[in-house]
Amino acid sequence: MLSVTDLHVSYGAINALSGISFTIEQGAIVTLIGGNGAGKTTTLRTISGLLRAKTGTVTFLGEDISATAAHQIVARGLCHVPEGRMVFSNLSVDENLAMGAYLQTDAARNARNRDYVFTIFPRLKERLRQTAGTLSGGVQQMLAIGRALMGNPKFLMLDEPSLGIAPRLISTIFEKIVEINRERGITILLVEQNANLALEVSSYAFALETGRIVMHGDSKKLRADPQLKAAYLGG
Amino acid sequence: MSEFLQQLLNGLSLGAIYALIALGYTMVYGVLRFINFAHADVFMVGSFIGYYAGKLVPEGTLWGGFSVLLAAMLGCALLGMSIERLAYRPLRGSPTLNVLITAIGVSLLLEYSGQVFFGAAPRTFPPIFPSQNFQFGSLTLSSNQIAVIVVAALLMLALQFIVHRTKIGTAMRAVSLNPRAAQLVGINNDVVISFTFGLGSALAGAGGILYAMNYPSIDPLMGVMPGLKAFVAAILGGIGNIRGAALGGLLLGTVETFVSGSQWSTYKDAIAFGILIIILLFRPAGLLGKFTVEKV
Ligand SMILES: Nc1ncnc2c1ncn2[C@@H]1O[C@H](COP(=O)(O)OP(=O)(O)O)[C@@H](O)[C@H]1O
Ligand SMILES: [Mg+2]
Repeated sequence: MLSVTDLHVSYGAINALSGISFTIEQGAIVTLIGGNGAGKTTTLRTISGLLRAKTGTVTFLGEDISATAAHQIVARGLCHVPEGRMVFSNLSVDENLAMGAYLQTDAARNARNRDYVFTIFPRLKERLRQTAGTLSGGVQQMLAIGRALMGNPKFLMLDEPSLGIAPRLISTIFEKIVEINRERGITILLVEQNANLALEVSSYAFALETGRIVMHGDSKKLRADPQLKAAYLGG
Repeated sequence: MSEFLQQLLNGLSLGAIYALIALGYTMVYGVLRFINFAHADVFMVGSFIGYYAGKLVPEGTLWGGFSVLLAAMLGCALLGMSIERLAYRPLRGSPTLNVLITAIGVSLLLEYSGQVFFGAAPRTFPPIFPSQNFQFGSLTLSSNQIAVIVVAALLMLALQFIVHRTKIGTAMRAVSLNPRAAQLVGINNDVVISFTFGLGSALAGAGGILYAMNYPSIDPLMGVMPGLKAFVAAILGGIGNIRGAALGGLLLGTVETFVSGSQWSTYKDAIAFGILIIILLFRPAGLLGKFTVEKV
């Protein structure tokens, strides 16, 4: 569904990605793990068109999207829930969801997507008129995911959805991520520093270190891998 | 008392014009975080469009007046969008200082092209709307003043509706908060920015007509002072805040009018700017502005 080939990305003189390649099959939950500064966010931003690669290509559904503008990539069904949630804090929950459907013209399908968002995150329905900036971190994360679902994605990228969120909400959010994948058939690329959690819900994993993929394999196998345990799972 | 009411009305009609111009400064600042210094000259071009369009319609008719108003709004919208497209968009991502200097350049370009095309000598703006004075006791209200207040109020209501009740308006607020997140939901920032320039410039065009109706001597440098006052009004209200710009404009126009009618009239601009400095000392972000801290 998505493949990335030999991606090199830099910020000025700093190389953030030094030639990464991977492929994600339709229907999977795949995770990209790695410590702070490994290049996870840079990878997602390059895929979604917010950053341009120096060299390398991104192919989505058989088409090269390396030079496509970010807003047009969304139109193809690739949605990105950014690090730090980035909800529109000055808009209401309702308006945030409406903006998620900015490019969607099928009113009936929008209504179904909205209902689905409320089914998985009932709290959003309760706070429809509330300004997004006044929500707790966990509810903002729900809103960020809900907003992306309003874009009717085929492929969803989530950047550290557990970051800065109350522990009891983290498990809810991860359950819902699995549900979205199973019930809606949406392929998911999950970026996490919390490797334990990410390996638990995913089927395949890539480990990133200073801009290179240093390890990859079935999530189950990696969880048992002594080398990976030492590096990411605290021994 | 009637003296006070008279001055209040005069002040509000002047302030409504400042408010219309201030809205354009504040909206552009909202989406691009820079001050479009050429905005004052778009206002001037609005007056000149009105001057020439006024020759095509009979004077002193409602339909003629509104046609001229519409022509100035459309012409200025196109001008504002062209300025953005040609001068500012190529600089997207460059340091703000470069864009500011470019804005000053565009402003000078409009002022001096104005002198070439329209001539430097002042012209008399035609009486496009029917004109009549209404007397309420000792209170005199000209139909031009009524037109200013009514048209400005309607335009501000329309703007409020666009910004808060339409999809493109909501997208404007989204882009002004976080352009990256806006892209991630599929918003084309360029389209929204262009729309913002169009909207702000249309209001400046309307301001140009309303101003010229009440101060009918127009020339290519006429935008400088009202533009500066409107800029001050936008800062006063809290730059980037739409309601703030409207409030700032009304306040500044009213204060200026009261000072002009007093023994300190020579110092009216000094006093207006003095008030700005005092308000900003106590509320550095302006009356309705707040320093937003992004939660990350
Ligand atoms: N805007 C930026 N400007 C300069 N360097 C950056 C920027 N964003 C990230 N980097 C650098 O790129 C590298 C990868 O960062 P990032 O992709 O954010 O990592 P991660 O998401 O895995 O924590 C780091 O060395 C980081 O310092
Ligand atoms: Mg990151």
